[in-house]
Amino acid sequence: MFGLGILSGLLIVPLCGAAFILTLGDETEAAKRNARWAALAATVATFLLSLVAWSRFDTSTASFQLVESHVWLSEATRFKLGVDGFSMPLILLTTFLMPFCIGASWLSVTKRVKEYYVAFLVLETTMIGVFQALDLVLFYLFFEAGLIPMFLIIGIWGGKRRIYASFKFFLYTLLGSVLMLLAIMAMYWHAGTTDIPTLLQTRFPVEMQTWLWLAFFASFAVKMPMWPVHTWLPDAHVEAPTAGSVILAGILLKMGGYGFIRISLPMFPDASQAFAPMVFALSVIAIIFTSLIAMVQSDIKKLIAYSSVAHMGFVTLGLFTLNEQGIQGALFLMISHGIVSGALFLCVGVVYDRMHTREIAAYGGLVKRMPLYAAAMMVFTMANVGLPGTSGFVGEFLAMMGAFKANPTVAFFSVFGIILSAGYALWLYARVIYGKLEKPSLQGILDLDLREKIIIAPLVALTIYYGVHPAPILDTFAPSTEALMQSMKTALSNTQTAAALPPAAR
Amino acid sequence: MIAAQSVLPALWPALPELILAVGVLVLVLYGSFRGERSAEGVSVGALLLMILALFVVMSQSGAKVTTLNGSFIVDNFSKVMKALILLGSAASILLARDYFQRARIDRFEFPILIVLCTLGMMVMASANDLISLYLGLELQSLAAYVIAAFHRDNLKSTEAGLKYFVLGALSSGMLLYGSSLVYGFTGTVSFPGIVAALNDTTVGFGLVLGIVFVAAGVAFKLAAVPFHMWTPDVYEGSPTPVTAFFASAPKMAAMAMTIRIFIGAFPDVTAVWQQIIVFVAIASMALGSFAAIGQRSLKRLMAYSSIGNVGYALVGLAAGSQDGVRGVVIYMIIYLAMTLGAFAVILSLRRGGQMFETVDDLSGLSRTHPVLAFCLAAMMFSLAGIPPLAGFFAKYYVFAAAIQANLVTLAVIGVVTSVVGAFYYLRLVKVMYFDEPVAAYEPMAPGLRIVLGFTSVVVVLFWIVPAPLVGAAGAAAKSLFAGS
Repeated sequence: MFGLGILSGLLIVPLCGAAFILTLGDETEAAKRNARWAALAATVATFLLSLVAWSRFDTSTASFQLVESHVWLSEATRFKLGVDGFSMPLILLTTFLMPFCIGASWLSVTKRVKEYYVAFLVLETTMIGVFQALDLVLFYLFFEAGLIPMFLIIGIWGGKRRIYASFKFFLYTLLGSVLMLLAIMAMYWHAGTTDIPTLLQTRFPVEMQTWLWLAFFASFAVKMPMWPVHTWLPDAHVEAPTAGSVILAGILLKMGGYGFIRISLPMFPDASQAFAPMVFALSVIAIIFTSLIAMVQSDIKKLIAYSSVAHMGFVTLGLFTLNEQGIQGALFLMISHGIVSGALFLCVGVVYDRMHTREIAAYGGLVKRMPLYAAAMMVFTMANVGLPGTSGFVGEFLAMMGAFKANPTVAFFSVFGIILSAGYALWLYARVIYGKLEKPSLQGILDLDLREKIIIAPLVALTIYYGVHPAPILDTFAPSTEALMQSMKTALSNTQTAAALPPAAR
Repeated sequence: MIAAQSVLPALWPALPELILAVGVLVLVLYGSFRGERSAEGVSVGALLLMILALFVVMSQSGAKVTTLNGSFIVDNFSKVMKALILLGSAASILLARDYFQRARIDRFEFPILIVLCTLGMMVMASANDLISLYLGLELQSLAAYVIAAFHRDNLKSTEAGLKYFVLGALSSGMLLYGSSLVYGFTGTVSFPGIVAALNDTTVGFGLVLGIVFVAAGVAFKLAAVPFHMWTPDVYEGSPTPVTAFFASAPKMAAMAMTIRIFIGAFPDVTAVWQQIIVFVAIASMALGSFAAIGQRSLKRLMAYSSIGNVGYALVGLAAGSQDGVRGVVIYMIIYLAMTLGAFAVILSLRRGGQMFETVDDLSGLSRTHPVLAFCLAAMMFSLAGIPPLAGFFAKYYVFAAAIQANLVTLAVIGVVTSVVGAFYYLRLVKVMYFDEPVAAYEPMAPGLRIVLGFTSVVVVLFWIVPAPLVGAAGAAAKSLFAGS
């Protein structure tokens, strides 16, 4: 339609929903209700559309599919969209999580409802855009544009220290990203285009790769977030409303990982190899250090936030093992963590809506009053720990296997992360769910209602399903991963031959 | 016949300027005959004049034509810059109507002075030698000094006018002194002549001194560091519509003049002036970002913001390339939209006959006036350079040119200061969206609505169809480089 393909449709549908909600009237009850339903309809429609895209997606090839390209800034910088094995699952994750976010905010957001859903729908467009963009400038555009709605979501609907958290979130990420923008310009200067498929074939000189890699790293490491630039995340998570946390943990954090796999690894293979030890070191520190920090948290959300940083450490570790298992594991972990951490934040939201506190000490013995909740929470906690049979296990296991192949010492230290994660996650579970139901305020607490059941049940099912049957996701990643390994191998061996030759022969 | 031709040069290329010049005289007559009540009619007349001039400017072919013995040039560059100047001036008249009526200083001289100022600015954009440049500059400046003090019973306004006049005269003097040095060492005032003269001789110390003086004068007109000191005071003291005018059209003209001088007259001695521009750009970006953080007055904030923005635009000029000039032109187009939009919002903060001008007065604007708040937030995110708003593309093009010219340090400093700048732009968004509302303001005047509507559309939707503006800027830049 109008020369636009299904991928443009994925960008337009949420925006249409947002535009529709903007036309709704004032803050009357009817308008609020309409805004909620419209947002839900838009996100569900987007999800269904992404399923259509998925049905047209061929998982046996590594090339970009459903490509569409429109005139934009110039011939060299086009409005180009497309998906491959790396991006398709992440798009599905995004469109899948969005209706849950809308559902989770159904009752908890009561002020400025209209703006809230508009912000979420715009955010959805930018997130999908990041994963679809096949042009670096377009990628940057969506990557950064997401900051605006997220800034507003944290700042308007957040907790007590929301203003501090929103500014920290915005400025931290912006500072990282502007360097990436300069790197994009330098790449344009070198290659004459910002088209990602062309740049994937372009070989940058080794020294230039180093600087470009560092510039992109500045951005992705903040977004990921990697230790030591992770400090914005706990603040943002704690202050954001429940759905904001779900999106932050579920999708925004994945943009960093996606950036590594889409840009850093394939375009700068030499630099990636050279910097891999540094990334390993940072990842291992992140895994152990932030797991220890997570142990001593008294705030549930902060604990999960730190555990996210630790899990992202596994992702970076896996990606930079530069072998197939590691990368597959990292990618799987991104999807699994998207579902599991999103679900955990939703669970926190459930009790927060009832008690309006996130202090661990305020809870205890919930299993007596909320058996269903306790069961669901159990599944997600186990997945967070990485228990076999849950989706968390597959990713972490593959990433560790890759790490072992690349560097056994690193693998040895990162195993402590799994032990520690069992420590903080189970301890959290024990303090919140088990124990005596002593607190008078908890006596009358109700179990999951129908809305919450509808939200949580699919996530439980997926967590277990992908735990026992990870093949659908892994198979989608596989061709792209293989292609990436192949191109990196060629690139690296070319560099080695070039280095082996005497300068005169080059 | 032949004699008559040589006496009367071809005036056709200067038709827009002639329209304004003749039109403004008619308006003066009309105004002086009808007296105080004519302000409305003169404003409408001035607007019509500008629209007519804009129409003529746009219908010119864009091919390079010189006239008046080569001192006046019309090309794609002058076309784009004149269009911007006319749009900025016309918007300023629209913004001013309601304000002056309510402030009871609704005099017909204001639109007339704006038209005269515009005439001067258009001559600056078309100047092809130092004399015509200076003539245009002085016409623009003298009119500007008067309108700065237009609120003549107001102490701050008269102070602003006087300050602007004294410092402006000083800077004009510097520019003139620099021009005389350039003339002395090259033997000509015409820009193509200077280019030719520089091909034959080496650049001596005297000429460098001349270029430095010219640069100082230019920096003053642009309000670039270290010649920016007048800006915050003049911006704060002048009546707000006048501030909006100063922040928009004269900036376009000053930038056009800067490009005409450096690219038109000194394209082959880039090494001499590049370091000056780099320094001025870095200093302006840094000061614009850091000094704005503590400001509470919206007008002073916009003053520092304009200083910073000039710094970013100069990044493109520092590159000294065609892409760089294209970047500057795109930057100016987008900056014009952002600044006019922001001032349209500031001008609508009125309640009970009083204007509100501090950051805190924006508290909770998103609750009381959602559309207004949304537009100002878009302007602020755009000024901060956040995609997908237009301001991002402005910065993108200038920094890309700088990277291409290997000015990596400049680009890195630039983007880092833009993050610092983002802090105070975000503060406005925070005040509007996160803070509790104060009482509502009166509904916006129609003129403000028109300006805000147009500028918001440009800022918010630029990313969907960027090609026309980028193409126009590209053609403008090309016309400066095609000959050399």
